[in-house]
Amino acid sequence: MRLANTTKVALRALRRNKMRSLLTALGLIIGVAAVIAMQSIGNGAKSQIEAQIASLGQNVITVFPGNFTSGGMRSGWGGASSLTVEDAEAIAREIPGALAVSCESRSREQVLANGLNWNTQVQGESPDYLQIRAWPCATGGTFSEQDVRSMAKVAVIGKTVADQLFPNQDPLGQTLRIRNIPFKIVGVLSAKGFNLFGQDQDDVVLVPYSSHMKRVARRTNLGSILVQAVSAEQIETVQQQINDLLTQRRNGREPDFTVRNQVEFAQMATATSKTMTILLLVAAVVSLVVGGIGIMNIMLVSVTERTREIGTRLAVGAHGRDVLVQFLLESVVLSGCGGAIGIVVGIVASRLITHFMGWPVIVPPVWILISFGISTLVGVFFGYYPARKAAQLDPIEALRFE
Amino acid sequence: MSAVVQLEDIHKIYDSGEVPVHAVRGVSLEFHRGEFVALMGASGSGKSTLMNMLGCLDRPTRGRYRLDGTDVSGLGRDELADIRCQKLGFVFQGFNLLARTTALENVELPMMYGPHRLSGRDMRRRALECLEIVGLSQRADHFPNQLSGGQQQRVAIARALANKPEVLLADEPTGNLDSKTSVEVMGVFQQLNDQGITIVMVTHELDIAQYCKRNLVLRDGRIVADTTVARRLLAPAELAKLRAAEADARLTSG
Repeated sequence: MRLANTTKVALRALRRNKMRSLLTALGLIIGVAAVIAMQSIGNGAKSQIEAQIASLGQNVITVFPGNFTSGGMRSGWGGASSLTVEDAEAIAREIPGALAVSCESRSREQVLANGLNWNTQVQGESPDYLQIRAWPCATGGTFSEQDVRSMAKVAVIGKTVADQLFPNQDPLGQTLRIRNIPFKIVGVLSAKGFNLFGQDQDDVVLVPYSSHMKRVARRTNLGSILVQAVSAEQIETVQQQINDLLTQRRNGREPDFTVRNQVEFAQMATATSKTMTILLLVAAVVSLVVGGIGIMNIMLVSVTERTREIGTRLAVGAHGRDVLVQFLLESVVLSGCGGAIGIVVGIVASRLITHFMGWPVIVPPVWILISFGISTLVGVFFGYYPARKAAQLDPIEALRFE
Repeated sequence: MSAVVQLEDIHKIYDSGEVPVHAVRGVSLEFHRGEFVALMGASGSGKSTLMNMLGCLDRPTRGRYRLDGTDVSGLGRDELADIRCQKLGFVFQGFNLLARTTALENVELPMMYGPHRLSGRDMRRRALECLEIVGLSQRADHFPNQLSGGQQQRVAIARALANKPEVLLADEPTGNLDSKTSVEVMGVFQQLNDQGITIVMVTHELDIAQYCKRNLVLRDGRIVADTTVARRLLAPAELAKLRAAEADARLTSG
C-alpha cells in the first residue's frame, strides 16, 4: 500500500513537469538510441562479413609463395616463385584431409571480345576451384581435367566481365581474346559481389591453370595453391600437414612459403568492425553518463524546490525511507521511460539507416533488454544521491524553507 | 484523569553555534484531554522550540516527554515519525498544502503514511469526512491556489484530523490570515475542541489567545504565566459583531 501510494506520487510529480521530464530524459533517450542503433549496425556489418567470409568458400586454406632475398634485398610475401604444380599434386595425393586442391596463377590482362575490351583479372585455376569457392555457374559449366591436361583455350567468365564485353548478349559459346589468343567461353559465373576488401569478385576470367601458365603468363610457377579441408575442425591439422609436407619437399632448404587459413582473414575483417563497435560503445557509455548526470541535476533541483513538501510529508509521518523511495522511483521512472523511448528511437533510426544508406541492420533483442536495464540502473545510480539528500532532511528546517 | 501530554523538566540546548543556546530551560507541564491551550511569548522566548518538541519533530536535550502514556523522549527518527502520524495533527502558519494536489488528496496525505492499510476508497471517505468537519466538502476537488487563505487553512486542519490524532498542534495558525478569517479559523478550532479534541497552539496575538481556554506565557525558555482564560471569546458571537460593524461602515460610507 505504501509503495503503491509512493509510486502514484512519483508518477504524478513527473506528469506535472512534462517538458522538464522529457528534456531530462533526452540525454538518456539519445544514449540508449545510440546504443541500439550502433549495435544494430554492428550486428548487420558482422552478418555481412560472415556472409562474405562464407563466400570465400568453406574451410579454405591458401598456400602463398614465401619471400626471397636477393643480394640483401628482401621481397615481400609471395615474391618468391617457389610453388609448383608438383607441390599442389603432392598435397592432393598425400594429405587425406585435403578435400579439393586448386592451382592458381593470376595476372591482369586486357581482354578483347565482341569489338570491346576490358582490363580484368585472368585466373588460371583447377576445375575444383568453383567447388572450393562454392561458386556455381549461372549458365554453362566449368572446364575439365582434360582441358587442364590439354591446355585448352576455354574460359569461364564472371558477371562483370560478361556485362562489360557482351552487353545484352549471351556470352556462352562466344570467343574472347587474351593476349590475342582466342578462348572459347564455356560458362558464365553467378554473381558473387564484393569481397571483404572491396574487390569485385565478378570481375574475373577463369581459364585452366595450365593454359594460363603456358599461353598467357608464360611462367612455370604457381601464384598460390587453394586447399579445401574436409571440415572446419580439420583446418588447423590440414594446415600443419601442408606445412610439414612442403617443408619436407624443400629438402632442408629454407621454407619459402606460407600457409594461411580463412579464419585468419575473418579475424582481420572482424577486428575492424570490433574496433568500430568499441568506439561507438564508448560514445554510448559517455552519453549514458551525461544523461545520468542530467537526471541527478534535475532531481537535485526537484528536491530543493520541494523542500517544504518533503518537510510536510515528514511532519505528517513519512519515514525517511518513504521519501527516499519516492524520489528514487521518480528518477527510475524518468530513466526507464527515457530508455524505452530511446529503444524505439534507436530501432526507428536503424530502419532509416537501412532504408536510406542501404546498410544491413539487425536489431539485436538482447540489446533491447540490456539497454533498458542499463538505463534503469542509471536512474537508480544517479537518483540515489538526490533521494538520500531528500530523505535526510530535517523536518523542522524543511518546513521553514522558503 | 491522566494527562495526554506530560513534560518533566524539559531542556533544549542548541550546540551548533559558538555559544550553546539554552532555548528551553526546564519546562514542566501537563495537558489534559479536551484542553485548548495557547502558547504565547515574544520571539526567542523558546515557544517554537517547545512546540517542535511537543510535535515530536525535535528531541529534548534533557527531561522526559510522555505523550498519551508513551515516553517519546528517547525515540528514533522513524519511531517519532510514526508517533507524529498516529497521535498528532499539525497545522502550520503557511498552511503547507501540496501545490497542484487537490484538497481531498492533501487531506489523504497523513493516511498514506499511516499504520492502517486503508484502501483508496476508505482514504477518500475519511478525507471527505474531515473536509465535512471543516465545512469544505464542496471544495474537495479544488487545488490550493483556487482556495482563499482561510479555506486553505481549513483544508490543513482537515488534514491534521485525518488520522484521528490525540493532540492537534497549531503553529501560528492565524499568522497569515486577516482578522475576520482568523476568527473563522478559531471558530473551527473551538468547534473541534467542543467535540473533545485537545488543541495546543502557538500564537503571539493576545486576542487570538482569548479564544482558547488556557494561556501559557514563555519567556527566556521558562513558563512565566499559566492562566485560565476568564472571559473567553466565542467565534460565532465575534463574527456577528464583525459583520454588524461592516454593515455599519457600509451605511455610513453610503
